[in-house]
Amino acid sequence: MAKRIDVNDLNVYYSKFRAVEGVSINIEPKSVTAFIGPSGCGKSTFLRTLNRMHEVIPGGRVEGEVLLDGDDLYGPGVDPVTVRSQIGMVFQRPNPFPTMSIKDNVLAGVKLNGKKISKSDADALVEKSLRGANLWNEVKDRLDKPGSGLSGGQQQRLCIARTIAVKPDVILMDEPCSALDPISTLAIEDLINELKNDYTVVIVTHNMQQAARVSDKTAFFNIAGTGKPGRLIEYNDTAAIFSNPEQKATEDYVSGRFG
Amino acid sequence: MTTNALTSKSSTSGRAGDKIFSGAALGAGVLILITLFAVAVFLLIQALPTFLADPADISGGAGFFSYIAPIIVGTVVAAAIALLIATPVGLGVALFISHLAPRRIAGPLGYVIDLLAAIPSVIYGAWGYMVLAPALVPGYDWLATNLGFIPIFEGPASQTGKTMLTAGIVLAVMVLPIITSLSREIFLQTPKLHEEAALALGATRWEMITTAVLPFARPGIISATMLGLGRALGETMAVALVLSTGNLIPSLIKSGNQTIAAEIALNFPEAFGLRLAELIAAGLVLFLITLVVNMIARAIIARHKEFSGAN
Amino acid sequence: MSAMTTSERSNTTTQPTPPSRKRNSLAKGKLPKWAIPAIAGGSIILGAAGSTLTGFHVASFAIYSAVIFLIAASVATTVVEGKRRGKNATWTYLIYASFILALIPLASVLYTVLEKGLPGMNMHFLFSSMNGVTGAVDNQTVENGTPVLGGAYHALMGTLLITLWATVISVPVGMLTAIYLVEYGKNGPLARAITFFVDVMTGIPSIVAGLFAAAFFGLILGPNSRMGIVAAVALSVLMIPTVVRSTEEMLKIVPNELREASYALGVRRWRTILKVVIPTAISGIASGVTLAIARVIGETAPILVTAGIASNINLNVFANWMSTLPTFIYYQIMTPTSPTNVDPSIQRAWAAALLLILMVMALNLAARLIAKLFAPKKGR
Repeated sequence: MAKRIDVNDLNVYYSKFRAVEGVSINIEPKSVTAFIGPSGCGKSTFLRTLNRMHEVIPGGRVEGEVLLDGDDLYGPGVDPVTVRSQIGMVFQRPNPFPTMSIKDNVLAGVKLNGKKISKSDADALVEKSLRGANLWNEVKDRLDKPGSGLSGGQQQRLCIARTIAVKPDVILMDEPCSALDPISTLAIEDLINELKNDYTVVIVTHNMQQAARVSDKTAFFNIAGTGKPGRLIEYNDTAAIFSNPEQKATEDYVSGRFG
Repeated sequence: MTTNALTSKSSTSGRAGDKIFSGAALGAGVLILITLFAVAVFLLIQALPTFLADPADISGGAGFFSYIAPIIVGTVVAAAIALLIATPVGLGVALFISHLAPRRIAGPLGYVIDLLAAIPSVIYGAWGYMVLAPALVPGYDWLATNLGFIPIFEGPASQTGKTMLTAGIVLAVMVLPIITSLSREIFLQTPKLHEEAALALGATRWEMITTAVLPFARPGIISATMLGLGRALGETMAVALVLSTGNLIPSLIKSGNQTIAAEIALNFPEAFGLRLAELIAAGLVLFLITLVVNMIARAIIARHKEFSGAN
Repeated sequence: MSAMTTSERSNTTTQPTPPSRKRNSLAKGKLPKWAIPAIAGGSIILGAAGSTLTGFHVASFAIYSAVIFLIAASVATTVVEGKRRGKNATWTYLIYASFILALIPLASVLYTVLEKGLPGMNMHFLFSSMNGVTGAVDNQTVENGTPVLGGAYHALMGTLLITLWATVISVPVGMLTAIYLVEYGKNGPLARAITFFVDVMTGIPSIVAGLFAAAFFGLILGPNSRMGIVAAVALSVLMIPTVVRSTEEMLKIVPNELREASYALGVRRWRTILKVVIPTAISGIASGVTLAIARVIGETAPILVTAGIASNINLNVFANWMSTLPTFIYYQIMTPTSPTNVDPSIQRAWAAALLLILMVMALNLAARLIAKLFAPKKGR
């Protein structure tokens, strides 16, 4: 569990448009890495290339290398499905499957793939995953109720439980708190701190305080202007990025003097 | 190059499912294209003898054109009568349901109209044959005596009531629910803000309808009417049951006239050889006419989409 | 409007209005409440009088009354409340009139079907065919006044079988095509071509669909190849575009987030479509399919040219002619079993019409129920 990711000179395209240019970054296992930057700087796009979700969008493609413990995600013969079962993803808006119960949502990764699982194993996996997502105590009495009946914060934790149930090495989070209220946000941030013990976590956030609170390292992305590709400007320990950035652009952004 | 742990064996077998499924989906789409193409070709082949045969052998003895022209006119006249009646009434009903009726009865009324649109055409035809046609005879007599100087009301009126006007009225009753339910939906989509703005400026309800609702709904109304027209042109049973057919004549209240769809339905069961080819050719003509009507309707909708700031 | 503004102005400029005031100034210049009912009553009396002059008839009475009311009420409103309100009143009454006008034939259709259909609706009608029921039998029935013999069982079975086969053909083809259009084709040239031709199919007149199928099988199996399956193919031509359209609409409103969530769990695309996308949309798809069935079950013209007509029970769609309820109705009316005594045929036709309408209504209601029952649960 928990593998490292190394990206070498990655370019990301939407058809002909280059959205992200020349990113190289090394992400340590069992750490939390935050991507920050202004809207449209390509941080979410870049995140989606880390588990090949980018190519789901028509015209989406990449050039370059993404290595998961040395194995290239984009190497010949690599099935995106295998990649995604090892690198999970949590989205901006909570998206539990509306047709499934809470329990089935947690088991979705197993059941949707048609794998057989015994009832006792399934129950154990549900409890373990829900406990891992700090949701067990809130939902243990209504596992057969639809997941869409939960509050926004609970739904998001259900999505995290669903993600860890497939036992990934890495969890990617795309602004997981942007649709949540402050209390739910706090619960998710606490959870991220615990997840770090077992997984490599990469989180995109708009909220610089959040990045400062949860992450070990922070990467700042920026664009030179509309229509230009996004670039990785600076990548360092979170403390260094926020207190003592090397780049002027980073300093402007973290001190709120941006734009 | 070192072995890549991400290329496991299970993934290759799993991919087959994806291939099969996307292949099936693609196949279904292509099947539709092939079927339509093949069937169009078969239809053309089957109709071909009509155009190759000696004009004297065609029904009427003067070639395909003089055979088909009168029944094209009949088809268009029947559909035109239907639309002349159904469009204003249908729009009125739609406005009634969307803007005048109390909210509590508007919902069920809309649903009832949708149900009426689903009543099979043969039932409308049977109703026209058994109920409407006899009921209209006194009216036709009145028209013939008082307005007989106009060619379309020339007497003596049919005493069975099985005339072009009756067929047109039955078609109107049939397309009315279609026009109503389509335009009602569009009326209901009128931005509430526009309506309230008009009312806030002191407009009466009718002024609100003319300034906010109708301009917004105009393309929708046109396309609803065109779809009703397409339905009326292609409708078979109502005409086959209601019209006492004959040659093309101007009077709408005497027996006579014919439409393409009814011509096919009435004669196809006993047709063979050249007659069969004729009827298939007639079907092809009908198809082309409805195709053009539907294309125009769609073009209007498409153009509206570009200009409406809805997105 | 002018009345409104002046009264408003006077309200704001004058001192607080005395509470003893009798009439609200905002209600000035309006017809009193009793005016419209009074005009209506007067119009009815005048209409009756006018109709009596030309030989009383319900139709002329109604027409005269309506016209007199429309003119009188519009003029009265115009004179008292002004031109704009007068216009408003005229159009409002016209809209009411169109509603009533539309109700008359539609109510008449439903009433006729019930009135003429109920007498013939019985167990014998539902469970016997027309096999052996000849003109002589009908003549006998009329002479002796015995219950009408012969029924629509063969036609009912024909309708069910042909519709079943049409559904079996249309639903997989239609749903898979919709899946291709939404999930795979995106907006590629092939997807656009398919969309275009599905649109073309939507506008095909039903008789032409019948000709399509007849010509197709005519070339393959030789002339006069009439049987149930040909009719089912003809109905499929009408049904497929409806299924494609409704499925497409339903698949499109499944949020992309659900697909992405599934992909991110390492689920393959086809499993995502089958187990996430379709279950989410299934209520809408099922109700769309039900409506498509309701639409084709009453089709007559394509059956006439593809399945022929039969009086005996034929449960094999792959051989011999077949009757359906719509063609049964049509032939019972157009060519009564006994040309001299048509009443038994007419009774059978209306009973079949009632049966057909009940089936269509049941399907429509079922579509509504399906949409409600199987919609994704909110579960609060």
